[in-house]
Amino acid sequence: MRHTLAVLVENNPGVLARVAGLFSRRGFNIDSLAVGRTDDPAISRMTIVVEGDNRTLEQVTKQLHKLVDVIKITDVTEEPHVERELVMVKVLADRAARLEIMQIADVFRAKIVDFGPKTLTLEATGTEEKINALEEALRPYTIKELMRTGKIAMLRGAKYTTVK
Amino acid sequence: MEITAAEALVRCLELEGVELVFGYPGGAILPVYDALYSAKKIKHVLTRHEQGAAHAASGYARATGRVGVCMATSGPGATNLVTGIANAYMDSIPLVCITGQVPTVQVGTDAFQEVDITGITMPIVKHNYLVKDPEQLPSIMKKAFHIATTGRPGPVLIDLPRDVQEKKIKFNYPEKLHLPGYKPTYKGHPSQVANAAKLIRESRRPVIYAGGGVINSGASGELLEFAEKISAPVVNTLMGLGSIPGDHPLSLGMLGLHGARYANLAVSSCDLLVAVGARFDDRVTGKLEAFAPQANVIHIDIDPAEIGKNVITRLPIVGDTKTVLRALLEKVEPKENQEWLEQVEKWKKEYPLTYNKDGGFKPQCVVEKIYQYTKGQVVVSTDVGQHQMWAVQYFKFNRPRGLITSGGLGCMGFGLPGAIGAQIGRPDETVVLISGDGSFQMTMTELATTAEQNLPLKIFILNNRRLGMVRQLQEFYCDKRYMAVDFQFIPDFAALAGIYGMRGYTVTTEQQLVDILPEIFDRPGGVIVNCLIDEEENVMPMVLAGRGIDESI
Ligand SMILES: Cc1ncc(C[n+]2csc(CCOP(=O)(O)OP(=O)(O)O)c2C)c(N)n1
Repeated sequence: MRHTLAVLVENNPGVLARVAGLFSRRGFNIDSLAVGRTDDPAISRMTIVVEGDNRTLEQVTKQLHKLVDVIKITDVTEEPHVERELVMVKVLADRAARLEIMQIADVFRAKIVDFGPKTLTLEATGTEEKINALEEALRPYTIKELMRTGKIAMLRGAKYTTVK
Repeated sequence: MEITAAEALVRCLELEGVELVFGYPGGAILPVYDALYSAKKIKHVLTRHEQGAAHAASGYARATGRVGVCMATSGPGATNLVTGIANAYMDSIPLVCITGQVPTVQVGTDAFQEVDITGITMPIVKHNYLVKDPEQLPSIMKKAFHIATTGRPGPVLIDLPRDVQEKKIKFNYPEKLHLPGYKPTYKGHPSQVANAAKLIRESRRPVIYAGGGVINSGASGELLEFAEKISAPVVNTLMGLGSIPGDHPLSLGMLGLHGARYANLAVSSCDLLVAVGARFDDRVTGKLEAFAPQANVIHIDIDPAEIGKNVITRLPIVGDTKTVLRALLEKVEPKENQEWLEQVEKWKKEYPLTYNKDGGFKPQCVVEKIYQYTKGQVVVSTDVGQHQMWAVQYFKFNRPRGLITSGGLGCMGFGLPGAIGAQIGRPDETVVLISGDGSFQMTMTELATTAEQNLPLKIFILNNRRLGMVRQLQEFYCDKRYMAVDFQFIPDFAALAGIYGMRGYTVTTEQQLVDILPEIFDRPGGVIVNCLIDEEENVMPMVLAGRGIDESI
């Protein structure tokens, strides 16, 4: 099963290497990892999507906790939460295809962020499933570039993943 | 007044109560050594190799329970520390390692003698720091000592670029630490402790499985009291030997791959296994599915990540072993388990640890004679191989910190520098090194350190002229196709002793050994005793790969 972990870490040099190194050396599989700072610049937040059974997940969590820089870990998978991912896709778009692609963008509420002579670049945010669907919809056209940020997630309502 | 960061470092060491540093200088750590020059309270021991410095610091820490400190220059100096750091990490030994680094502007440019030592050591340290801001150094030092010595102990490395060492700072040793992500749990959860007491009460065949965590937390007294109160036999991991007196009736010695058959049988038949500061290493468990198959497992450990890592635990108690055992002692009721103890006694009689005394000069006999002569009142350091197993099978460790050995890493070459650290840390005790001809040759360069420091080490080399443990593996697993295990040349270790100002002996029989023991132990000064033992003696019992520990041969 896939789990989504929200991890607060001290924003120290090397913290990303420590976390990534831990996953690879203990043989845990990361599906995605997104990281950025929080409202407190001394603290970064990672959203890690990891594949594994409950026992693996327990080890992942405990091993992560052993890192001195890791402050807090919340497994949001089973809790009500909002999750988003951002994607940018550059698609080959000749005259004939252009309109169709723009219609697809419309359906997925994607934005056209670049209008090249031969290409269109789309930007979309949403859940992983939505991004997957957009990708599938665009596949018949020639995708020249595609990148996803990896998921970020936040608990709903008055539940917080904060230091306090 | 402003001082350099290097001077600040020395002051931090003094404030942490460090009296001893093992190290090896070089260009990138010059300012620190310059500051050490004027330090009054810190003695620096110059080893002959940085690996020796790390191992000696580790031996010192293992023998004294205090933190070991070692230092080295950048590049090769730092990489030479790596094996010693890994060794300390695997055995949860508190070390603070300080390395010089190329100047900040050169970091990342493949400068002369630059290696990314924080990157290299990341998987084998509890934590590490690359210091960029000299003002941060005192607080980093404070954190380093705190992290190394608290919770589950381990090595911490601090990498100091040369220019950082030279910068002037206002010295201020912080009182408080800001480590929001580091909060070890010491006290066991009361309801878990109560549940444990209940499981213990209901058990009929309990066994205590005690590891190095008991020694680290100084819980030997509590362990003994606990074992006696609930009448449970105690098996030890390699690292746990000495946590309960080896000659105590409840002690079954080491379990696992080369454990006594009665120890393994007790674990295989018990209905309750109380693991205390032990981590179910594969050398202990053998085939996991066959390990303690009838037992409920209570696992007491300060590191939550150890719980459930290898075996399924019925009842975890996260906490310091001493604190938890104390709490448990209050809750458990005395028990007898008479039938069970009789059964265990029967196994002890039926399957004693023994060896074939016919034929030549047996290594086990060397260990027995040392034990008998010294009455076990010595600190024993070992290397890694067959001799290590014989040492722990036939020597009874009656005190914690009486055995200094490389457990988790199984690191040949640890013995001599480990003994050096132990002897410096415990000058009033006799330190015995039991080594093998292979292991000893890995770090015998430290004989110079031994001589320079006037250390009266009693070194016994169980010399089988080969890499005995690997030969044994090849005998069992490779059809005796002996490859790269015979030494065609070995130095004359007895003669070598003379070169380093020690007394040297070569013995080929039990009688010769017995005759010289008084001279070895009762005359001051270091010795090397080259024991030419049987070449193809095997360590027995032995659990073959993939088998359960009840199937030892
Ligand atoms: C640094 C290192 N290299 C290799 C090994 C693999 N190894 C384990 S035991 C052993 C043989 C040890 O020989 P010796 O020190 O002579 O001891 P003996 O087994 O003969 O008693 C070897 C090579 C090791 N444990 N450590």
